[in-house]
Amino acid sequence: MSDQVLAGDPRAPDRNIPDRLTSPFQRHLRSWETLLLAVAVGIFIINALSSPYFLDPWNLSDATFNFTEKAMIAFAMALLIISGEIDLSVASIIALTSTAMGYLAQSGFGVPELVAAGLMVGMLCGAFNGFLVTGLGLPSIVATIGTMSLFRGISYIVLGDQAFRGYPAGFSFFGQGYVWWVFTFEFVLFAVLAIAYGILLHKTDFGRAVYAIGNNPLAARFSGVRVGRVKFILFLLTGLMAGIAAICLTSRLGSTRPSIAFGWELEIVTMVVLGGVSILGGSGTIPGVVIAAFVMGMVTFGFGLINVPGIVMSIFIGILLISVIALPRLWSNFRTRGKVV
Amino acid sequence: MIQLLKSREAILAAAILVLIGLISTRYSDFAAPSNLINVFNDTSILIMLALGQMVVIVSRCIDLSVASNLALTGMVVATLNMMAPGVPVPVLLLIAVAFGAMLGAINGVLVWKLDLPPIVVTLGTLTIFRGLIFLISNGEWINAHEMTAGFKAFPRYDVFGLSLLSWLAIATIAAFFVLVTRTPLGRAFFAVGGNPHAAVYTGIDVGYTRCLAFIISGAVAGLCGYLWVARYAVAYVDIAGGFELEVVAACVIGGISIAGGIGSVGGAVLGALFLGIVKNALPVVDISPFWQLAISGAAIIIAVAFNARSERKKGRIILKQAERLA
Repeated sequence: MSDQVLAGDPRAPDRNIPDRLTSPFQRHLRSWETLLLAVAVGIFIINALSSPYFLDPWNLSDATFNFTEKAMIAFAMALLIISGEIDLSVASIIALTSTAMGYLAQSGFGVPELVAAGLMVGMLCGAFNGFLVTGLGLPSIVATIGTMSLFRGISYIVLGDQAFRGYPAGFSFFGQGYVWWVFTFEFVLFAVLAIAYGILLHKTDFGRAVYAIGNNPLAARFSGVRVGRVKFILFLLTGLMAGIAAICLTSRLGSTRPSIAFGWELEIVTMVVLGGVSILGGSGTIPGVVIAAFVMGMVTFGFGLINVPGIVMSIFIGILLISVIALPRLWSNFRTRGKVV
Repeated sequence: MIQLLKSREAILAAAILVLIGLISTRYSDFAAPSNLINVFNDTSILIMLALGQMVVIVSRCIDLSVASNLALTGMVVATLNMMAPGVPVPVLLLIAVAFGAMLGAINGVLVWKLDLPPIVVTLGTLTIFRGLIFLISNGEWINAHEMTAGFKAFPRYDVFGLSLLSWLAIATIAAFFVLVTRTPLGRAFFAVGGNPHAAVYTGIDVGYTRCLAFIISGAVAGLCGYLWVARYAVAYVDIAGGFELEVVAACVIGGISIAGGIGSVGGAVLGALFLGIVKNALPVVDISPFWQLAISGAAIIIAVAFNARSERKKGRIILKQAERLA
């Protein structure tokens, strides 16, 4: 991910063709995911040592709520970022979707209608973003900063300083229910989605197209990849994931305020980048994002157990975000300086 | 002359005049000079931050940490004022600018020396700076009675009918106008953003130039940190939360291209004024202030769509500017 130097750049190193390939085992050992996994295991051990309550299965189960909803969106966001786009409006999509569901719940609709509405509104928001970026050709970062204000703004118009409560009884399952033993519905959904996105990105033509677009959209277009269409689908998927996350979050909280999920977009992007996805597009993996989700969830939970306030954890997450991308570059700078000037 | 009329600044200025006209039909006193002075005063901080953000965006970067920088610097000067009430305000002002510039330099050096993507770096420092405020303040508020009278009075001090806050905004506008249009550094920002590779070959150090842009943006954010805390007479962890997006929005509405290389001081100022007028007009025309967010969102989308169309027509803007100069 650190080799994003363009050809023709004066800093581009000469291509060095090795005598033999490094063995697959060695490659795995040096990969980003392995490093991240080591960090995850380290945090797990530190947590287990610093609080006697950490290893309790029910506590660990509760801890998964810290990341499952964000991670669902992070999977779709990872694909979007790999393709060279970004969606900063996801948290606002959650707010709008939740508001729509709250409105319907007050009008007396049942659980199936609420879920259908949640998925629909999420997809519509995603489609709107997709239209702005692929239809009108707007840069995604500004277009989604715009829709970020717009979507949450609509929630504020509907709700003002009020809140929707009184969801039907069965609705609480999505955010509070258990599928088996300590495994929550959210966690199972997270695992299923992780596998689904892993297959989509790493085993299908669609996934190949996503990488191709991220590395060089023009070349991808000339190779017959429908760039606009793939990007549109990715925005649609991201909206859908935000809709699903909104269902889970609303169900878990049992109420909707317009400020729901405020600031999540930055945490989700952090999760994706921490997972080794290059913010410049073209590289990254789903397993990386999954491990990053665990790292962030465990840091939050472990710090919570030893009474560290949430805002201090955010310092840690911020430093983690910068250092994980800075360290590989420092290391490669250090190595090249040692060899040739 | 026709070119001037067709320019984005002219269109945006016309849009603002139409907006003021529309508001006046529902609330006739809105266009009164005294009210407009109030609106300008209320928008001063946004204008200054938008100008700082402009040079960063023009050099093809983005600074999402401005609001956190503002809040952290504000907390630092407020704490200093509480601990050592004897320190005069001009010294605090200098400290605020220097401290903000230092925070900006952290972003700048990471972008320059390690070649990290600016959006990731400033996303990181956004949360770090915000967290540091908590560490400094322990989550407590610094309230009006803990600040000295001089500390609070400075931005409100009246000079020729305008507050010092407004005068500072005007001075900042003038300074940025000179910087952007009359200095080599100003040209370098545009060159770096318009085409970084070409900039290297003309002898401009891309990373260094970007670093300077971040330092400038940070210094402005630091100055605004003091002004914000002094004006509202309170400092706590969450001040100006999310304000960075409003600053970026002002720039985008002002026609500054997120892809770098395109933008003007007038655009940034008008973009900020547009948002400021909407914000101040909603309560007086009896629209719930909860509409503000959706309106600014819609304005951003329309402005971006508009920018994208005109950029496509004009092509590479750095050449365009050269033509205009010739």
